[in-house]
Amino acid sequence: MTTADDHPTTAELPALRIRGLRKTYRGGREALAGIDLDVAAGDFFALLGPNGAGKSTTIGIISSLVRKTAGEVRVFGVDIDEDFPRAKSFIGLVPQEINFSQFETVIEIVLNQAGYYGIPRRIAARRAERYLGQLGLWERRNEVSRNLSGGMKRRLMIARALVHEPRLLILDEPTAGVDIEIRRSMWQFLTRLNRTGTTIILTTHYLEEAELLCRNIAIIDDGRIIENTSMRALLGKLHTEAFVFDCNGVISTVPVIADAEVRLIDAHSLEVIVDRNRSLNEVFAELSAAGIHVRSMRNRSNRLEELFMRLVQAND
Amino acid sequence: MTDTTADRLERSVRRRHLTAFSTIVTKELNRFLRIWLQTILPPAITMGLYFVIFGNLIGPRIGTMGGYSYMEYIAPGIIMMAIITNAYSNVVSSFFGAKFQHHIEEILVAPVPHALILAGYVCGGICRGVIVGALVTLVATFFADLHIRSFAVTLAVVVLTSALFSLGGFINAMYARKFDDISIVPTFVLTPLTYLGGVFYSIDLLGEPWRQLSQLNPILYMVNAFRFGILGVSDIDLAVAFTVILGFIAALTAFSLHLLDRGIGLRS
Repeated sequence: MTTADDHPTTAELPALRIRGLRKTYRGGREALAGIDLDVAAGDFFALLGPNGAGKSTTIGIISSLVRKTAGEVRVFGVDIDEDFPRAKSFIGLVPQEINFSQFETVIEIVLNQAGYYGIPRRIAARRAERYLGQLGLWERRNEVSRNLSGGMKRRLMIARALVHEPRLLILDEPTAGVDIEIRRSMWQFLTRLNRTGTTIILTTHYLEEAELLCRNIAIIDDGRIIENTSMRALLGKLHTEAFVFDCNGVISTVPVIADAEVRLIDAHSLEVIVDRNRSLNEVFAELSAAGIHVRSMRNRSNRLEELFMRLVQAND
Repeated sequence: MTDTTADRLERSVRRRHLTAFSTIVTKELNRFLRIWLQTILPPAITMGLYFVIFGNLIGPRIGTMGGYSYMEYIAPGIIMMAIITNAYSNVVSSFFGAKFQHHIEEILVAPVPHALILAGYVCGGICRGVIVGALVTLVATFFADLHIRSFAVTLAVVVLTSALFSLGGFINAMYARKFDDISIVPTFVLTPLTYLGGVFYSIDLLGEPWRQLSQLNPILYMVNAFRFGILGVSDIDLAVAFTVILGFIAALTAFSLHLLDRGIGLRS
């Protein structure tokens, strides 16, 4: 069992390199049909896909919970077939389902996890205080885990995954079922963590989350990677942009704007979809001519969702 | 890499393994001690009832066995029965519970060698076997005048038997898919074998072929080796008994490690 500290040269290597990864489950269902994927060290990477696309299988193989059928996985240059214990020491996993003992206290769960990674109790205690504190759970450390709320359980799994200070943190839908306030605080925490150098791979169904946090993205569908690029490049593929205009007064008729799609959201707001290269001044001018005065505007936040749907439908 | 660096790395790995192992054992100890009303106390009460009924009420009518009062004769067997069932049930329930709640994944994702996972759970089973054995022995002293003839043999049998049945429980838990699966083996295999393993009688009382058949029962060897440690009498040669116990431990260890390496019931 070794740690990242024992092998400082791994810093320059990609955090994750996957080649030709296949998984066929007993019964013949093919979950992964030979995927290639690279995640650079220090990246904040989104792995998106519909349910059953192969995201969790990929994560399961990387973290040793699923046995691969074929292919190669390297974590910071370490081939999991050659030295899985060392590869595992680089990884922290936050799984989709709650998977800690419901009868143990918060602190026991975190300290035990540190113990499995061979971290002495004294160091583990310091780290537990740090991560539980940062995630707002230190005050609840002596509470039995089953008494925690859903959001707290999710944060506990993050603290547990960080206690051995992994260089690659994999989060499988970490904010599922979490209220927006907690979700935002988790985003801030993960952003700070990424800035300190931890590579993060995130799967989520909240595409707004992926758009906000991640620099690079892969979309997986039917066990195949159908898109793998930077978030900026992917969003750049959208030729149109959608805006929501909040207007003064009641909008009685939907205005006609040249080369734009206009939809009435309610009596005071409009959705306008325009070409990305079009000047918004022209749009404002036409709205003004139609007697509509814009009070405020914002981007429609589900741009990635639109692309995602387009890519997945194209793959069907 | 120089020898010194290699040595340092190896020492570091050993230290980490030791920490992981002690974490699993401590977690197991905390688990069954936290629920002592379900794990430690019931065997003391159940075995106390055996002593009252078979030893105190029925025993005097039976007379002596192997040169000892019936109470003294059955005491080692009853203690051993408690050790066997508790070592087994500790590991089967703990490991299956960890699988069922998925928190076994906490260990599986960490760089813990399979042998260490097995050793940790088996040690937990041994600890419970020893604690329950000591408690039932204490209860037995209220009913029989027990003098341990060989402390070394007694302790060795307790530890090895606990290890053997902890391994049995581990294998059962690996295969188990639902809670029913962890009660089938104790009910239909372990209990009959224990009752037929010379706990309440000497196999010298049996005619053929039952005497020969009884010798196929591994529990007979443990009960008799333990009885030798406490009373100094046994139906089975001590060397044969230890060979059988160690042989089973080696076979079950190899099989458990094979199951872990294959990920049976753990990895899809």
